[in-house]
Amino acid sequence: MAIELIVNGRAVQISVPGTAPLLDVLRNQLDLKGARYGCGLEQCGSCMVLLDGEPIYACSREVGTAAGGRITTIEGLGTAERPHPLQQAFLDEQAGQCGYCLSGIIMRAKALLDHNPSPTRDDIAGALDKNLCRCGAHPRILRAVEKAAAMLREGKGA
Amino acid sequence: MSDTLPLSIQNNRRMEKWIRFEPDRTVRLAVGKVELGQGNVTALAQIAADELDVDLTRISVLSGDTEAAPDEGQTTSSQSIEVSGRSVRLVSAELRARVLDRLARRLNCSPTELSIDDGVFRRGDASTGHDYWNFAASEDFTDEIAGTATPKSHEAYRYVGKPLPRRDLPAKVTGAAFIHDMVRPDMLHARMLRQPCRGARLAALDEAALRRGERGEFRIVRVGDLVAFVGSDETVVQRAASVAPLHAKWDNVAPITTEQQEAAWLVGQPSHDRVLGTEAPPATANVMSASYSRPYIAHASIAPSCALAEYRNGHLSVWSHTQGVYPLRAALANVLGLSQEAITVRHAHGAGCYGHNGADDVAVDAAVIASQIPDHCIRVQWRREEEFGFEPVGPAMHVSLRAALDDAGKPQEWTAEIWSATHVQRPSSGGNMLTHEALPTPPPDPRPTDPPEANGGGGTRNAFVLYDVPVKRVLHHLVLRAPVRTSALRGLGALPNVFAIECFVDELAERAGIDPVQYRLSMLSDIRARRLIENLAQRCDWGSRGGAGTGRGLGLGWARYKNRAAYAAVAAEVEVDQEVKLRRIWCAADAGLVINPDGARNQLEGGIVQAASMVLKEQVRMEGDGITSVDWDSYPILRFSEVPEIDTEIIHAPDLPTLGMGECTFGPTAAAIGNAVAHALGARIRDMPFTRERIEAALLR
Repeated sequence: MAIELIVNGRAVQISVPGTAPLLDVLRNQLDLKGARYGCGLEQCGSCMVLLDGEPIYACSREVGTAAGGRITTIEGLGTAERPHPLQQAFLDEQAGQCGYCLSGIIMRAKALLDHNPSPTRDDIAGALDKNLCRCGAHPRILRAVEKAAAMLREGKGA
Repeated sequence: MSDTLPLSIQNNRRMEKWIRFEPDRTVRLAVGKVELGQGNVTALAQIAADELDVDLTRISVLSGDTEAAPDEGQTTSSQSIEVSGRSVRLVSAELRARVLDRLARRLNCSPTELSIDDGVFRRGDASTGHDYWNFAASEDFTDEIAGTATPKSHEAYRYVGKPLPRRDLPAKVTGAAFIHDMVRPDMLHARMLRQPCRGARLAALDEAALRRGERGEFRIVRVGDLVAFVGSDETVVQRAASVAPLHAKWDNVAPITTEQQEAAWLVGQPSHDRVLGTEAPPATANVMSASYSRPYIAHASIAPSCALAEYRNGHLSVWSHTQGVYPLRAALANVLGLSQEAITVRHAHGAGCYGHNGADDVAVDAAVIASQIPDHCIRVQWRREEEFGFEPVGPAMHVSLRAALDDAGKPQEWTAEIWSATHVQRPSSGGNMLTHEALPTPPPDPRPTDPPEANGGGGTRNAFVLYDVPVKRVLHHLVLRAPVRTSALRGLGALPNVFAIECFVDELAERAGIDPVQYRLSMLSDIRARRLIENLAQRCDWGSRGGAGTGRGLGLGWARYKNRAAYAAVAAEVEVDQEVKLRRIWCAADAGLVINPDGARNQLEGGIVQAASMVLKEQVRMEGDGITSVDWDSYPILRFSEVPEIDTEIIHAPDLPTLGMGECTFGPTAAAIGNAVAHALGARIRDMPFTRERIEAALLR
């Protein structure tokens, strides 16, 4: 039975068992590689995407339970040529080392800024506390989210 | 002359191996060091652009490819800029000089009359009508590298010294960027069932139970005790592998006790023993001693390892996030019984590895499966519990320090006694590939060795104190058998050794009744080190540091990595209640000529955060079959709300040679936190990690 999703604004139908992890569907059926496998345990946040605007762990989310929902992945924010202010701020601050955790972190930050356009440093750290970064790029990442918040408040970009 | 050339050039003397001018007016720089998240590839491009006088945008970098890039061994030990960077500079300068010479002869002028503007040659104000690309077919591009050209002086640099953005980051914040994201024709997904330990035998695998309830198709590839689940649907093979351990029975599993997970267990184990430094018997009068330890540590890469391999027409192609494509190719040839010419290994981006993790092993997994299923691309993705459970871990270390003191409380003799298993078990240094041990003809027991001191040492890395102590010795006990496989983790022995040294120095200062900064400076003649400590003391307002035991502490530590690479000093301010809270960290570093200051800062700060995480939280847990800390709950790392503000200053020293700095803050950070916590508590914790139990125990002493 086909499952319908709206992914990055586009309606899609996929034929997979409803128990398949959303992460596998995004990566293998829809070729959206930005959400990344890190643990499969809802512990690291590398797989984070938005479902109806809320951050979720795609690794353990059964796709059937997201049927009809609006999914946003990092590919839905912007491209290298036309980055979203969050992506631009991460590039401006060179906020990352290996970069594997970044798409999940950016999606969590997107959800934060959608709800709270003027977060404090503590608000940002609190929101990102369930996302792990092993390289130690945390101070840069916090600065990047602050910068993106300012860019968005000033109306630069999406 | 050649013995003074960097190893990278000695091993790759043909110019064309490094630099090619392509018909589309780009320049292809090929290097053997690979991007692991350190930004080294961007920095190497900066160096080449400056020496060649071409715009940076023209330079594309091919890194890590056994078909097309030079063999520069492993990307380890903070050598990418120090060694590969020096090589790229020499090679580029030589090519520039050769081509200018050729043109000068043709124009019958002196090379000094010629200049280069974005690859186009000019004579005075006029174009010569020539550029590098005209000469791309000349022998200047194929002849052996002499290594005698004189590079530019740093004043002439246009890109070197500038904080230019990383080339690889845009892809990483927008979508597909990693080996995990590669899709190849005829690709099959595979997951592994792992042998619990070397020598374990698979007694039974209940395939019927495994397939029950699984709706999708997959096949089971079994070679000896190596088992893989292979199919076109990743979800299906992932599920099969995740339940497989429940349906597998293993014989000959050597059980591990929890006692073995502690560094203290190492003392007294069979070991290979050496004395370094003075042979004279140690002094016995006025001796002070203390012991420090670090447990086993995981690399804990955020991405479980992944590799792709395909075997077509007798040729094996492998994509890997390995630290060294050539050493991996040699290991693959050994395991599979193929010639190296029949194998190509190409680097693809992975998550940060911080040393020898599962990257190489998963590549061998993929290659063995590919040899069983030719004409398909086999993509193996390790599971989270597999990465934590089976990657080689950083060895535990127990370090005992003894100082014989003079009447003023200054050390006249310093002895470090170190117990540690090997710090390097890469296949190129006597280690075994995990996969190989499960095959029908496993390799012999690994031969425990440690890197020689000439390469910075392993357990002995940074073990010799850098203070002005007349007599120094190191007693090294290389423990022959650890409960689990150990190998290189960022800094090797530097973190535990610098932690021990710099904590002990604070203890000696306290005993002498001298301020720790003054005490250090009173026995330190290295000017660069003194400058860092003085810089740091001023910035962290050391002068207003109060008494101990208030719950708030300030401490510092410094080292020169490997006693010959970059210098770093770190100060930490902490608050200790039931747990340690990092309030603020300051860092001063001297790495000579810095190629990309923002990349350098990123490495310094990343090292600080990672070392802080290790000191405060990390320990690999073991019991029974093996490692039990196999997820992020049982192996916690520092989180966003726990990371303090970090204030970093890089000392400007462009006249001095570049020093590798990717690991230099590791030891100093551990020491600074150790000393700050001791200052806050008025009691010292000498064993990592600084858990709530250890804080309570220290206060009760």
